[in-house]
Amino acid sequence: MTETTQANNNRGRSIDIVNASLKRRYARERRFRYLGLSAVILGLLFVGTLFVDIISKGYSAFVQTHIVLDVYFDPEVIDPDGTADPAVIARADFRQIARQPLRELFPEVSGRRDKRALYKILSSGAPYQLLDMVQADPSLIGTRQTVELIADDDIDMLAKGHIDRTAPPADRRVNDKVIGWVDKLESQGLIRKNFNTAFFTNGDSREPELAGIGGAVAGSFYTLLVTLSLSFPIGVAAAIYLEEFAPKNRWTDIIEVNINNLAAVPSIVFGLLGLAMFINLFGLPRSAPLVGGLVLTLMTLPTIIIASRAALKSVPPSIREAALGVGASRMQTVFHHVLPLAMPGMLTGTIIGMAQALGETAPLLMIGMVAFIVDVPGGPLDPSTVLPVQVFLWADSPERAFVERTSAAIMVLLAFLVAMNAIAVIMRRRFERRW
Amino acid sequence: MDGLPSEEEQEMTTETATVDVDVTVPDPQTASHSKELDSNFQTVGEVRVANARMTCTDVNVYYGDKHAIKHCNLDIGENQVIAMIGPSGCGKSTFLRCLNRMNDTIDICRVTGEIKLDQQDIYDKRLDVVPLRAQVGMVFQKPNPFPKSIYDNIAYGPRIHGLASSRAELDEIVERSLSKAGLWNEVKDRLDQPGNGLSGGQQQRLCIARTIAVEPEVILMDEPCSALDPIATAKVEELIDELRQNYTIAIVTHSMQQAARVSQRTAYFHLGSLVEVGETTQVFTNPQHKLTEDYITGRFG
Repeated sequence: MTETTQANNNRGRSIDIVNASLKRRYARERRFRYLGLSAVILGLLFVGTLFVDIISKGYSAFVQTHIVLDVYFDPEVIDPDGTADPAVIARADFRQIARQPLRELFPEVSGRRDKRALYKILSSGAPYQLLDMVQADPSLIGTRQTVELIADDDIDMLAKGHIDRTAPPADRRVNDKVIGWVDKLESQGLIRKNFNTAFFTNGDSREPELAGIGGAVAGSFYTLLVTLSLSFPIGVAAAIYLEEFAPKNRWTDIIEVNINNLAAVPSIVFGLLGLAMFINLFGLPRSAPLVGGLVLTLMTLPTIIIASRAALKSVPPSIREAALGVGASRMQTVFHHVLPLAMPGMLTGTIIGMAQALGETAPLLMIGMVAFIVDVPGGPLDPSTVLPVQVFLWADSPERAFVERTSAAIMVLLAFLVAMNAIAVIMRRRFERRW
Repeated sequence: MDGLPSEEEQEMTTETATVDVDVTVPDPQTASHSKELDSNFQTVGEVRVANARMTCTDVNVYYGDKHAIKHCNLDIGENQVIAMIGPSGCGKSTFLRCLNRMNDTIDICRVTGEIKLDQQDIYDKRLDVVPLRAQVGMVFQKPNPFPKSIYDNIAYGPRIHGLASSRAELDEIVERSLSKAGLWNEVKDRLDQPGNGLSGGQQQRLCIARTIAVEPEVILMDEPCSALDPIATAKVEELIDELRQNYTIAIVTHSMQQAARVSQRTAYFHLGSLVEVGETTQVFTNPQHKLTEDYITGRFG
């Protein structure tokens, strides 16, 4: 004791030394704080830029330009013999019906070329719009109706101001004549921008004004349904076995290491595996959400297993001892006490795994979910695509109108991802227990 | 399940935290205490009793390579409280956990020797641990109620064992157990509230009630009062004294006053060896072995 006191005396009072070093210590702390703060700000800046860019590009896709026309459903064209047979109506030339009001509005247009340019103001989907109306209500035949017909994507772009009118005519998609017609329609109040419901209900299309994310959303839904219904039970069961029942030996160590490795395998490898196994070996249909779901199950399993094991580990051993102490079997201990406490953590892990699966593109390219599919899939065996792949497909398309649709699809995808992550956070907050 | 290191660590920290009365600076004379006893050391005092409920013969426990309990012989008498005392890490908790095979949950733990409950070897391979643990209940160091309602905490054991055939019967078991644990009057109006909302002492009594709801014959208590204040401790001690009429109790404690108050027999452990066993009054007033004497007189912790 006396020796240490002497040593203290030799180097002065401790408090002086402490005071002398204080300034440096606080400076170091401040530096570290600023460093952390700047990292956070940089991160926010990137996210902000991403959102601003996507939203500014994509928000206009949620409205679609329509042209209001007075359409005469000419019985001579639709059903000359008055059969009222749906097959006859379906074969009728609705293009003529759609073009007629344009001819009436612009009688001065003559010449094949100009006429064709005039007709192209309307989308190639407009005649089908009329067909659908007549099929839904055959009594329309022979009447005049005011109909909002979908405009062509170039007109849509022009109306939304995405086409530079001052550019030389060779550099823009619409010539001065067409601009004149559109301006005339506009001045008569015949151009309307309505909420674009078709964007949410339609499948893919070569025509941007007809293309929608309906097919991709349905495909994503079926794919995630398959993924969830397989990966959650399998992942949780594997985690429970490994954490609660398996003996700790070299084999379980190897399994654990390999599960962790599996989580780091590039996702495209799972796509190749799915192609070789599910499609080539088992003969499952190509491009189907079932196969996509199986592949994504392989991909999300490690995530779910790791999260579930962490959740099980975080349940205090005292709860297990309490249950075992009153004579519960291991199975009862796990299912009555440990699992309910670990469930929020497991669900959080599962939702994050699902969000990861929702945003996954590469493995689905390998199993043919990148195909151009117009129909909205009706089940997990129908060919379909998924949201991120749809984004990929549209981003590849040259039409100007696909740019805003790509951004809009990204917005929808991000909305789903944010919603899923928010649910995970809320669940963790609400069901988290403290001991 | 947690492996050994964390378990041991946890035990060490909590034990050192609770030992405050009997810690003194070791003087050079007691340095020999840290030495292990001879392997053919014989326990001082009478290890056998006439009306033994559990009989342990040559029990050895190993955690991996570590020999945690060495050649331990001990009887646990019927309707008696036996206290196990000793410094931290001496193996008394380990020994207690052998008595209802709670050590099974630790992978690297190995038990040899013979522990008999009513002439039946509990380490027999054919023996099922579920009925054993229903027969030999356990109360832990830290109150560990299930994160469920007070009612469900008590009803859980009877439910899984099918002890009640009707809801009314179950209600009766819950009331009886809580009354025995002296908790009924405090919680009877809030049985549907979570068990972890109670105070520490109430939680521990809830855990005791949960244990006796299964009507075990032997109750093991691993430092049941280490996390409680003196008032709650007094209540639990009173309870132990009452329970002795119907149950056989083995209690591990760090408080020698507690051992003296609640137990009829006392066993002193030192570094994995059972040093001395005897009537509590005799062990505390007239210890035979030097180590026991040093510990009891507070010469070392």
